[in-house]
Amino acid sequence: MSQFDVTSIRAQFPILGQKVRGKDLVFLDSAASAQKPRAAIDAMVGAMETQYANIHRGLHWMSERTTEAYEAARDAAARLLNAGDRHEIVFVRNSTEGINLVAHSYGRSVLKPGQAVVISAMEHHSNIVPWQMLRDAHGTELRVAPITDAGELDMAAYEALFADGKVGLVAITHMSNVLGSYTPAERIVKIAHAHGAKVLLDGSQAVVHRKVDVRALDADFYVFTGHKLYGPTGIGVLYGKAALLEAMPPWMGGGDMISSVTYEKSTWARVPHKFEAGTPAILEGIGLEAAIRWVEAIGYDAIAAHEAELTEHALARMSAVDGLTIIGRAQDRGGVVSFTLDRAHAHDIATLLDRAGIAVRAGHHCAEPLMRRLGLESTARASFGIYTTAEEIDVLADTLTKVREFFK
Amino acid sequence: MFEDVRDLYNATILERGRRPRHMRRLEAFDVTAKGDNPMCGDRVQVWVKFADDRSIAATGFDARGCEISKAAADLMVEAVAGKTAEDTKAMFAAFRTLAQTGACDDCAEALAPMQPLAAVHEYPSRVKCATLPWHALIAALDGQGASTSE
Ligand SMILES: Cc1ncc(COP(=O)(O)O)c(C=O)c1O
Repeated sequence: MSQFDVTSIRAQFPILGQKVRGKDLVFLDSAASAQKPRAAIDAMVGAMETQYANIHRGLHWMSERTTEAYEAARDAAARLLNAGDRHEIVFVRNSTEGINLVAHSYGRSVLKPGQAVVISAMEHHSNIVPWQMLRDAHGTELRVAPITDAGELDMAAYEALFADGKVGLVAITHMSNVLGSYTPAERIVKIAHAHGAKVLLDGSQAVVHRKVDVRALDADFYVFTGHKLYGPTGIGVLYGKAALLEAMPPWMGGGDMISSVTYEKSTWARVPHKFEAGTPAILEGIGLEAAIRWVEAIGYDAIAAHEAELTEHALARMSAVDGLTIIGRAQDRGGVVSFTLDRAHAHDIATLLDRAGIAVRAGHHCAEPLMRRLGLESTARASFGIYTTAEEIDVLADTLTKVREFFK
Repeated sequence: MFEDVRDLYNATILERGRRPRHMRRLEAFDVTAKGDNPMCGDRVQVWVKFADDRSIAATGFDARGCEISKAAADLMVEAVAGKTAEDTKAMFAAFRTLAQTGACDDCAEALAPMQPLAAVHEYPSRVKCATLPWHALIAALDGQGASTSE
């Protein structure tokens, strides 16, 4: 049984009461972006209504209070990831920006031309393209660790990529946004470290479903994005080990990131501020802080148990739909289920489901190379959040049976 | 169930999407172009053979995508048969309006073959599926190798 009452969880998400096309909304697209609980909404509205000014620079009451509220988000993110120090938390716009920051700053300063960056065959475009750009600009090599047909990282092949000693950095997802597979992050890091390489984990999906402990994982960099964690858009987190961040040059210049400026020379603010040029996403930081606190109050044990139960239910119900193929059969997996349905195209499936009030994603899920690896053009994908119910999955499975009949 | 999608997924669209009549690569062609919708991954290629007077003598296509994009390509082949490049461009402009709004001025006759797609305007995220093959066709006529419905 779930360790929490889904009904009372749902009551905290105002949007879930909405009707779509006259039907109850069945929102199965949380992996793209999650809905927002009242706590996060109220925190942002409350700040705008009662306590708002620019931060880190005002000498007045409003600025001081707003700075405190915003900086509390750094504490919250540090707590969430179990970072050793709040200064290891850099705020960025989203995961994509966090990865680009590392590629640009660490990639061009520490990595040397001829060194290799390892990604996996199940990355989101945001963890592919920055490394391609680095390759083209800086002369690093890009290596791809293959996956098995079940959708798991091929660990033997992964380890073999280190044989020539050229790998300087590994950048791999902690959970696939297409297949739902978790990657064995601890082993990934151990192997990389044994060969002298650093590791960035893309936690965009994982952090939503599981307790992440960057120190236990010994991750060098870890990124996630606020909007998938029940927080607002426009804010994300890059965790980096202090010593690495200290050694990295800033990647954008401007206000807030300097210690002093003359026309001859500027000096940089301390970590993490040297990476946070310009007025940050203040309200979004405040919203993220509230979202993290809200998630912590429910607790990852309960979240993981609920999602494990839902995923099991979904795999059983969906596998029983005639003509439906589940894409990805990893042992260790979470609440992201991609599928194909006979000859029906994913977009057509999504359009029909939408007419029944069911929101799913369809397409390549920003993972074209993975689609190619799977021999597919696209899939439909149902993904679950803290508010998803078994009944919603039943509605999905029943409706899919009818979709299949429609396109027969 | 799904009675309300029959405006778009009508008998013609389902039939053409399932069994397109013109989905073939032309062996002899004058121009070709690919169309790509990077947002959804749909892909199409169009081949065109001109007649002596430079009107369109034959069109073939290959499409990897949804029923809407395949049906749109199939119907397009019939709509542009015998037309000049200029006519075809005017038709595309009219079809775009049709796909985005459900109606277009004075387009009834020339665009008759495309009318089964008129309801796509009720499905904003699908409009680009319907226009993708046209983007590819116009790119071919303009001598460009590729196009996108972005
Ligand atoms: C695994 C993974 N990485 C990266 C991203 C990019 O997140 P964002 O678009 O918020 O930067 C996503 C989500 O789209 C994702 O699922």
